Amino acid sequence: METIEMPLPVPVHRLGNDIQQLNIDFSNVDLDSIQLPPGEDFGIKSEDEEEEEDSLEFETGFGNIVVVDNLPVVPPEKFEKLEGVVRKIFGQIGTIRERGLWMPIHPETQKTQGYCFIEYNTPQEAQTAKDQTNGYKLDKSHVFAVNMFDDFDKYMKVPNEWIPPETKAYTPGENLQQWLTDEKGRDQYVIRSNTDTEVYWNDPRQLKPELVYRRGYWTESFVQWSSLGTYLATVHRQGAAIWGGGTTFNRLMRFAHPQVKLIDFSPGENFLVTYSSHEPSNPRDTQRVTLNIFEVRTGKVLREFKGSADDFATGGTGGVAGVSWPVFRWAGGRDDKYFARIGKNAISVYETDTMTLLDKKSLKVDNVMDFSWSPTDPILALFVPEGGGGNQPAKVSLVQIPGREELRQKNLFSVSDCKMYWQSNGDYLAVKVDRYTKTKKSTYTGFELFRIKERDIPIEVLELENKNDKIIAFAWEPKGHRFAIIHGDGPRPDVSFYSMRSPNNVGRVSKLATIKGKQANSLYWSPIGRFIILAGLKALNGQLEFFNVDELETMATGEHFMATDIEWDPTGRYAATSVTVVHEMENGFNIWSFNGKLLYRIPRDHFYQLLWRPRPPSLLSPEKEEEISKNLRKYSKKYEAEDQDVSLLLSEQDREKRKRLQEDWQGWVNEWKRLHEEEKLFRQDLRDGEPSDEEEEYEAEEVEVEELIDVTEEIASFGFEQLD
Amino acid sequence: MRPILMKGHERPLTFLKYNRDGDLLFSCAKDHTPTVWYGHNGERLGTYRGHNGAVWCCDVSRDSTRLITSSADQTVKLWNVETGTQLFSFNFESPARAVDLAEGDKLVVITTDPFMELPSAIHIKRIEKDLSKQSADSILTITGIKGRINRAVWGPLNRTIISGGEDAVVRIWDSETGKLLRESEKETGHQKPITSLFKSADGSHFLTGSLDKSAKLWDIRTLTLIKTYVTERPVNAVAISPLLDHVVIGGGQEASHVTTTDRRAGKFEAKFFHKILEEEIGGVKGHFGPINALAFNPDGRSFASGGEDGYVRLHHFDSEYFHIKM
Repeated sequence: METIEMPLPVPVHRLGNDIQQLNIDFSNVDLDSIQLPPGEDFGIKSEDEEEEEDSLEFETGFGNIVVVDNLPVVPPEKFEKLEGVVRKIFGQIGTIRERGLWMPIHPETQKTQGYCFIEYNTPQEAQTAKDQTNGYKLDKSHVFAVNMFDDFDKYMKVPNEWIPPETKAYTPGENLQQWLTDEKGRDQYVIRSNTDTEVYWNDPRQLKPELVYRRGYWTESFVQWSSLGTYLATVHRQGAAIWGGGTTFNRLMRFAHPQVKLIDFSPGENFLVTYSSHEPSNPRDTQRVTLNIFEVRTGKVLREFKGSADDFATGGTGGVAGVSWPVFRWAGGRDDKYFARIGKNAISVYETDTMTLLDKKSLKVDNVMDFSWSPTDPILALFVPEGGGGNQPAKVSLVQIPGREELRQKNLFSVSDCKMYWQSNGDYLAVKVDRYTKTKKSTYTGFELFRIKERDIPIEVLELENKNDKIIAFAWEPKGHRFAIIHGDGPRPDVSFYSMRSPNNVGRVSKLATIKGKQANSLYWSPIGRFIILAGLKALNGQLEFFNVDELETMATGEHFMATDIEWDPTGRYAATSVTVVHEMENGFNIWSFNGKLLYRIPRDHFYQLLWRPRPPSLLSPEKEEEISKNLRKYSKKYEAEDQDVSLLLSEQDREKRKRLQEDWQGWVNEWKRLHEEEKLFRQDLRDGEPSDEEEEYEAEEVEVEELIDVTEEIASFGFEQLD
Repeated sequence: MRPILMKGHERPLTFLKYNRDGDLLFSCAKDHTPTVWYGHNGERLGTYRGHNGAVWCCDVSRDSTRLITSSADQTVKLWNVETGTQLFSFNFESPARAVDLAEGDKLVVITTDPFMELPSAIHIKRIEKDLSKQSADSILTITGIKGRINRAVWGPLNRTIISGGEDAVVRIWDSETGKLLRESEKETGHQKPITSLFKSADGSHFLTGSLDKSAKLWDIRTLTLIKTYVTERPVNAVAISPLLDHVVIGGGQEASHVTTTDRRAGKFEAKFFHKILEEEIGGVKGHFGPINALAFNPDGRSFASGGEDGYVRLHHFDSEYFHIKM
């Protein structure tokens, strides 16, 4: 009888050999004297304590064997023929091992029993064989039933009677929005420094942060809030994880994706895109890229994309190194309906309902270089550079999804580069166009301004007064109609503010003001508009100017030396400036009020990031918001009173703390003095009897010195008459 | 507060010391010549020539007649303050780091660096009034500490020695037996090398500065940690005001780590803290490199700082300084 080779686990006696190789003479080791620390883990806490492995797939070692059932039952004469047929069918799929085909014979009848085992070289081959031959019709009455050998055990365990699954009682989940119900209306931020990741309340009243949750080694590379702030995502070698809930930050879901490098949430945080790149086995090949789209709530992979890095490079025209993130850009809105990526001469738009290409085909656009979604509507803005050796003009066009109709198109000439900036409500689109001058030696910049919500989408051209000015930064006022530009050459550029509305409402862009000579290279609008920080980061050492655009006046100037990053809180009340590890020193962050008052500073070595927890959009209607801001005084009264209470309490606490510290110190000094007095004679002795102790030498003494400066004699004449 | 700039050293300053009356200021630097200045106007009075290496530390006798200096040339030298003549030289097998005269000026504690095979050591030697009786022998030698001992001073009644150095531990030794009496705990103590150690005027407490960017105030008898002052840069020098409840802390990023040309980058400020409240009061800027040495005039009305830039800056406090409300 033929036997099947079975791989054995490492035999126990072999361990002895290993020990011998280590040159340990166990006869000299007193095993009883070895004291292990108490506890099952010997007191060594495992980092991934809760990373309970899913019950391990047991490797029985028969993964490469399939069982074929429903074979004809044949007498010994026909055995060889049947074996030949089976070998022919199954040999096509993979290599059957030597002596890997075994057809048992009934000991009494000497006939075959209608089944056989086939052992392949690899489990993959066996799997393919099962997939392809299960249901294979040899003839009418013999339809193969092919199963994996390993599966038999599984099927045998299926109970014969159906037991209805237990319906678990509904347990309400944690309120994932709990942080929004903070009584003091505070906001949270997460910071990462050294090996710690910490979440804090920003408590401007107390002028310090309040710790919510701290955890060491929480993430292996970075953390990221989901788009609406519900989840905090961490990134690990095995994949990403999301955390959330009350104050404890429980793990809510894991998303397996080995070597994940980058993650991105959809705007409605329904989906999570993960990205990894892998070195190819052949170094001449390009890098392999894997992208997964997960459903956040269920943790299921909805779609997987694999390919070479070139396929995912933006621009599509080749030659662009690396992949620009995010690969998939999401259409605006909380319903997360579409996402798109750019490819060679095409934009691929996917529907999330089916996770497939919209209308099963990509949007063909020759030479497309860049695209962006409106933040609110399913409108794509595309940029196509000049083609045909300058015969075809460059163009920017707006395309409506899902209908794919072109809403507006603008041809542009002598273009060297284009950048698109959407206003946050999707009302306006600004396209910054760098054009060559006539000599083609230099470029100048202008803006094409699209009014998306107006009929026919009018386009207006804006050029700076000084055409040679370089544009250093551009930013729309969130939810507003204004934008700011830093322009100019040299270290002190100008900042200009424009409005898409003009005083007499003719729908023309108008300039509000230019402020000259600012040490600024970046613009940070408050998320509610109206206020802006003109910041001179990096080379400008962290100069900050808090500017009120309504009044066109500077509210305050400040400096966070070496600052590298600025982030407004989601309500526009506070801003954080930070110095991250790009600098060796000064690491840490400052929190400022919107009007430029420094509230507190937290120095932290090896400071990596600070992220405010986003808030979902307000549920109030615009009318209601209007009403509140009109009657702000009524509402603010309550908070003002609270503020005052807190500040009173604080100063009271502070006074008491200082008093206590002073008293403690005085007590300590008195005790010292007593001992010091006792030792006085010893000390004199050491100094050969010189009596004066240091402290007596400097006793304060007030000396009044009278100095005679001048003497004059005057004869005073008395008025005798007054004596009468 | 307009500082007096004292330019006399060609290399970074290492140590500053006022005499008891505060009229003389002694400065040590990596050039080989300790210098004495007038304490009130910063005028240079004279130098002590004879060392052949960087001078790390010095101390002056209570009656201001004798100066003792330790140097990388492996000697500790005793000088006549007034004439500048060398009176005696203690020779070692390794660079001498710290010196401190005991109460009564009859004993001196000297630390030597680890060098070649030699470990670091604390030596106690006798200083004789009569020079003809002066001996180079040690009364006591303490070894067994890993790394450099950057500073050692005498405790109350000369009964103990307090040391701090590269291993970040503050230790109190019995000055007679050499026995280790106390040592700072890892949790509360410094995390990185201790660079400086300064005793209060009355000798009741002392302040240590460390590269861990903090300075700590300790009870000299019990080695209880009393206060911690946290700054934003490594601490090289500390001093305690003899007049007000202030401490001053100096330091800065090491020159090799300063990448930008902006001198604010290194934080080369002398920072004042309220001794009891542990709160920052203010800073005195000016040096173009880390501050390596700090000293208060015994009257508490001026202080001197010495920097990596080779300058000594002498600051007389404005009257506002004495009325800072906390």
